[in-house]
Amino acid sequence: MISIRVEHVSKSYENVHALDDVSFEIGKGELFGFIGPDGSGKTTLFRILTSLLLPQTGKATVEGLDVVRDYKKLRPLLGYMPGRFSLYPDLIVAENLEFFASIFGTTIRANYDLIRDIYIQIEPFKNRLAGQLSGGMKQKLALSCALIHKPVVLVLDEPTTGVDAVSRVEFWEMLKKLKAEGITIVVSTPYMEEAGLCDRVALIQFGRLLKIAPPQTIIDEYSQKLFAVRAENTYKLLTDLHNFPETNTAFPFGQNVHFTPRTASFKVAELETFLSRCGQRQIEIRAIRPGIEDCFMELMASTSTENQA
Amino acid sequence: MINTAREPIIRVRNMVKKFGAFVANDRLSFEIFPGEIFGFLGANGAGKTTAIRILCGLSKPTSGEIKVAGFDAYHQTEQIKHNIGYMSQKFSLYEDLTVYENIRFYGGIYGLTLSEIRSRSAELIDQLGLQDFRNVLIKSLPLGWKQKLAFSVAIFHRPKIVFLDEPTSGVDPITRRQFWSMIYAAAHDGITVFVTTHYMDEAEYCDRVSIMVDGRIAALDTPESLIRSFQVKNINDVFIKLARPAAPNEVNQ
Repeated sequence: MISIRVEHVSKSYENVHALDDVSFEIGKGELFGFIGPDGSGKTTLFRILTSLLLPQTGKATVEGLDVVRDYKKLRPLLGYMPGRFSLYPDLIVAENLEFFASIFGTTIRANYDLIRDIYIQIEPFKNRLAGQLSGGMKQKLALSCALIHKPVVLVLDEPTTGVDAVSRVEFWEMLKKLKAEGITIVVSTPYMEEAGLCDRVALIQFGRLLKIAPPQTIIDEYSQKLFAVRAENTYKLLTDLHNFPETNTAFPFGQNVHFTPRTASFKVAELETFLSRCGQRQIEIRAIRPGIEDCFMELMASTSTENQA
Repeated sequence: MINTAREPIIRVRNMVKKFGAFVANDRLSFEIFPGEIFGFLGANGAGKTTAIRILCGLSKPTSGEIKVAGFDAYHQTEQIKHNIGYMSQKFSLYEDLTVYENIRFYGGIYGLTLSEIRSRSAELIDQLGLQDFRNVLIKSLPLGWKQKLAFSVAIFHRPKIVFLDEPTSGVDPITRRQFWSMIYAAAHDGITVFVTTHYMDEAEYCDRVSIMVDGRIAALDTPESLIRSFQVKNINDVFIKLARPAAPNEVNQ
């Protein structure tokens, strides 16, 4: 069963292709992630799906309703959490929630079950102005407001950007529970590790979808040999690796540098010798499986680099 | 690289900041040395922004001894401001000014002469490869370019310390790494870097990190030592171990 169907949608602003011939389908009850940096077209796509922006070409339906023609019927089915904090900072927490319930013709009590787990965490602050909440709490309130009319499809635009690592983990736990309720969830994020928590992800850049697949498939299809290299001085290690003739890519990943060789005949021993000649000590080189971020960087490099510094 | 034999460039002893009854910063103590990259981590609402505002001379502490670049955070806030640079993801450059106009504006604010601004900006625009974009409005640049330019502008007046508040939020993974190369280069030139981030891999690029929980510094050490002493795989795990129990009490000030 299809919940969202997008066919050849494009949208430009002046000379920027925000979306360039995008097509995909999302199944009912699926937790679907759009992974890509700022400016890749995620927000434009989400605004089209929520009927807030018109596509220039192409067609999109959500729950069988056309986002342009049937927008009035569509909107009550949608819960939308925009990327920017869009609640009323001058209303208190409880007033914001009441406001969103009432514009959808419902009450907090009628749908309290759906938001209980989330709202309970901010209830101690329900008399606080929304503008004075911390980032993590604003995000929980915004999610509660997006859910209070019991939507069929939930669209979340970067709900975890700027949110600390602990609150991000908690947020994804909440999404899992909502998925169990049967809600279709479309979510975008710049944090690559969150991709692993989706049923399927689309990697997006410059308004184009680089790939759509379950996270495990994306990892399985990574085409290069990948090594984690470690040495005493990471910064110098990076410079040394850039001078190594066999280096294809070398990117820092925390305390390691992820290295891909140019040729299949690459031998670990060659790199070891090279690095010790450079004066590196405590060298560790091991073959590793890629993460989503490695895959995304490979796809980024293999696609057009226009607009790229 | 850190040289602990030298005088600290930031010295904080028992810093307290209260808002009414609420204690946003509870007896923070730390020292940061010239050329160090210092990661300042914490959950949302743990008190990081409050502390940064004090260190930048924008807010007065309630009590404690605070010296930034040798100046006192109670009475010498103007001197502090002249010796630091600042950028964040939320505010960096003026969208309706061009690349050059932004540089000229910041240079002017920090009291550089027009000829200094001209020569340094030409150099900077060359380094960043922005020759063709000198007279282009900031709002038409991709976020990654903007953030790299914003960082260069924040250190344009050659401050002793630069404060970076979530500088890479939302930036693509390759640009994020290019941005960190710029941070390393600045630190190599002796600029002290004070940085906050929610990307835990970036925390591991710092010389030392502190993790704030509920207004206090719960841990402060090199990333390797923290990982070792918490017996975990990475800083993300250290962070979750420390910050998770405290999360429900978060408040923003």
